[in-house]
Amino acid sequence: MKHIVTIGGGIAGIEASDVLAEMGYKVTLVEKEKSLGGNVSKWSYLFPNMRPIGEIEDYMKSKYDSNRFTVIKNTEVNQIKRKKDKLEVSAGDELKLIADSVIVATGFEVFDAKRKEEYGYKIYDNVITSVDLENMLKNGKNITTPTGKIPKKIAFIHCVGSRDEKSGNHYCSKLCCVTSVKQAIEMNEILPDAEIYCLYIDLRMYGLEFEELYLKAQKQHNIQFIRGKLSEAAENMDKTILIKAEDTLSGYPIKMNVDLVVLLVGMESGKNTQQIGKCANLSFNSNRFLQPVDPHLARNNSSQAGIFLAGTCSSPMSVKETLDNARSAAVEVHKYLMNSDH
Amino acid sequence: MNEIISQYFTWPFTIGAIYLGIIVIIRFVRWVIGLSKIDKIRILKNVFTIKTWDSIKEAVSEGLLHRKIFKTNSLLGYMHMSLAFGWFLLIIIGHIETIYHEGTMAFPFYKSIFFRYFVHESTGNFIANLFSETMDLLLLFVLSGVFLAYYKRINSRIYGIKRTTKLKSGDKIALSALWLIFPLRLLAESFSAGIHNNGGFLTQLLGNLLYSSFSLEPAVDYMWLAYSMSLGFFFIALPNSRYMHIPTEILLIFLRKYGVNLKKRFNTYSQIQVFSCSRCGICLDSCQLMNAEIKNTQSVYVLKSIRNKSLTDETLFNCLLCGRCQNDCPVGIELNDLRITQRIESTFEYNSSYEYLEHTKAEKADVVYFAGCMTHLTPAIKKSMQYIFNYAGINYWFMDEDKAPCCGRPLMQMGQYDAAQKLIENNRQRIIESGAHTLVASCPICYKVFKEDYSLPHIKIMHHSEYLLDLVYKTKIPYFKPANRIIYHDPCELGRGSNIYEQPRELLGFYTQLIPIQAEKDRSYCCGGSLANIKIQMHEREKIMNSAINEYLKYEPDFLVTSCPLCKKTFAKNRELIVKDIAEIVCESLQNQYTELQKQNEVLLTQS
Repeated sequence: MKHIVTIGGGIAGIEASDVLAEMGYKVTLVEKEKSLGGNVSKWSYLFPNMRPIGEIEDYMKSKYDSNRFTVIKNTEVNQIKRKKDKLEVSAGDELKLIADSVIVATGFEVFDAKRKEEYGYKIYDNVITSVDLENMLKNGKNITTPTGKIPKKIAFIHCVGSRDEKSGNHYCSKLCCVTSVKQAIEMNEILPDAEIYCLYIDLRMYGLEFEELYLKAQKQHNIQFIRGKLSEAAENMDKTILIKAEDTLSGYPIKMNVDLVVLLVGMESGKNTQQIGKCANLSFNSNRFLQPVDPHLARNNSSQAGIFLAGTCSSPMSVKETLDNARSAAVEVHKYLMNSDH
Repeated sequence: MNEIISQYFTWPFTIGAIYLGIIVIIRFVRWVIGLSKIDKIRILKNVFTIKTWDSIKEAVSEGLLHRKIFKTNSLLGYMHMSLAFGWFLLIIIGHIETIYHEGTMAFPFYKSIFFRYFVHESTGNFIANLFSETMDLLLLFVLSGVFLAYYKRINSRIYGIKRTTKLKSGDKIALSALWLIFPLRLLAESFSAGIHNNGGFLTQLLGNLLYSSFSLEPAVDYMWLAYSMSLGFFFIALPNSRYMHIPTEILLIFLRKYGVNLKKRFNTYSQIQVFSCSRCGICLDSCQLMNAEIKNTQSVYVLKSIRNKSLTDETLFNCLLCGRCQNDCPVGIELNDLRITQRIESTFEYNSSYEYLEHTKAEKADVVYFAGCMTHLTPAIKKSMQYIFNYAGINYWFMDEDKAPCCGRPLMQMGQYDAAQKLIENNRQRIIESGAHTLVASCPICYKVFKEDYSLPHIKIMHHSEYLLDLVYKTKIPYFKPANRIIYHDPCELGRGSNIYEQPRELLGFYTQLIPIQAEKDRSYCCGGSLANIKIQMHEREKIMNSAINEYLKYEPDFLVTSCPLCKKTFAKNRELIVKDIAEIVCESLQNQYTELQKQNEVLLTQS
């Protein structure tokens, strides 16, 4: 029986492994963390329909609880070598797996907002990231600022670590705009009296129903959208945050005090993706994501035969896109194994 | 034919030498006349002092011995020294030899140059022998330099330099003539020695060898003519070639010692500096823009373009003003200020008026703290400084907490001198009004302009690294030493720009374990973030940053520490090394100590 090793137990790795297992292949999934699930477990509700993340987690759990494929947790892959027509995957201290094909599903990392120091993350108490906010939302409806106040004025800052030459990322992470709209609505629902501002460069509502969500945010939730990039943030004596920006539509500079600043952090190719890509000699694109051989016709094929890409290791994707992409990776692996003679 | 040659062969040399002499004198006179009145007074005041003697010493050690080039690379130093000092000795000793032989000082100038053509007595006298052997030894010395110079064109790496400058046509003529002078002299003297037995160990040996296979008599006059022509060509080509640096450098040494200095506008002293550039190319290797494949904007090319009047903004503004080249320049040309002068000339028309600047009131305080715009973009630094000020109980005023004009230095770097003055005046008045005795700046860019261009009498201007060290010495803040191994990155404007190397190191000595590295102090790298370059692309900056980071990573430090918010911000892009400001290191130490004390107190309380 043909053997496939999947690296990474996020939703892409689980989905691809499950599809291949159902096709009748022997699949081993290697995850470096103690548990499966990856970044998805950080979110609370998914746009555009506010679906609780628990439903996605349950779906994933049903897959890996089915025992259709083997899961090795707590183990980090450190080498992928070609052995004749097979691939040898070394992991942990002495684990060696011989595979006919490998799926890289190492995912993304959230941009470290500390690198954008002028926004004051981890310097000013009341500056948090969108991931921190998701975590707060997950833990219930009692939203307070880190200094313990019910926020009356909240600013969402778009494009933190995305479309920003100075932090070294040129690309658009594409999901932060809609995440900001989603979180702004959620905040308005919890705190109907709070003033909520979104500071954006431009709004990229690329998906179906995203635009509707954006209109709803303005019409029903009174969210104020300001076209302007945050220039700098400063902490006042009372721990509120003074933000300075320019409203580029009205042409006026803005200076306002807010109780909470939420930084919409982008998606980056993580350390694991870098390490796996380098040890397997895969091509990277200029944004440090893994490069498929063809952006239209072979999105799951890495630059090395037999090694396939699934999910956000190759570009930022939503949950829905990640799952689609993982299934297509499974199909590509199947095609590859059918066509190879061994 | 031979008779005509023997009669006139000295003419190319004589004409060349006279032409060169006249041109050099005209230029020197023009340059000195063109200096400002105050500079002329400086010259008159200092010319009859010890400074002239110092200048002579420096002219010998730099103009002839090339001591500074020796420091860069000994082979390169030897090459320059053998050519300059060897040739100098050939002229001087040749002249003494002629005086000795003639018994008088009254003989035509060319006679000592072509001595062995005119004097045929075979040697025998001990002193005459000594002269001829010495002259041969010196010739050999110079020739060794010439051969090293040939080889440098093929392989410059063994001379410690990776790159060498591109030549223009005037230089090529002069260079070819220079390369021919000494081999031709060797041949001419050897021919004469073969015929007349008047050579030293080298020329006699070669002469005898040649004479045993050829008849030298018909060719000897042509050989001396060729030697004379190579000298003549060189002298005539010299004023329009880079070799004009030879006389100009001497003038520069004297004027510099007399206290003449660069002004904000281009004047004849700037011109003297421009002409003093030998285009040795050492600055090419110092320049980190090379890491980003920017290869035609280095100082040597700027000076060359100023001379040729072909300077473009593209060249002029593509420079970080990091000062590494200035540090390495063997002639000591003020490359940064010279470039800024050119920027002032280039941007003269579009200075902003800054009429909208308002005068806001100052607060009374002992210490004025000016964070600077870059520190506002790296708030961990200003927060640390505020913590330390409060900890030490300093009565301070955070001058630009809400708003204040820029310090003016970025405009200065751009050549917008008049516009910068408006900002400087606005800030200066408020600083004075505060009644403070000390001004503390967190940003070396601000610090440099406060120090150099603000006139703030009776106010002590300090960078926060100096100030914090002061607080430690005054026991206003305690210190303790955790096991962190760190590298200190010298910011350009603080290190090379303001000569502050030791205070930050001393301060870090109290709080960390400082790893000594190769590229430190005046050899330190630029982070690549410099505001002085408006032509460079972001990805090129990144290459410069990465080359520095990769070097630092070799030492495996826990952190990289700097004392400049711009360096910190630039380095923050790297994903491998944590970067902190020196103020954060101090602040964290105070905070840790504070929590330690609190814990101890709690223990004491529970025990009691």
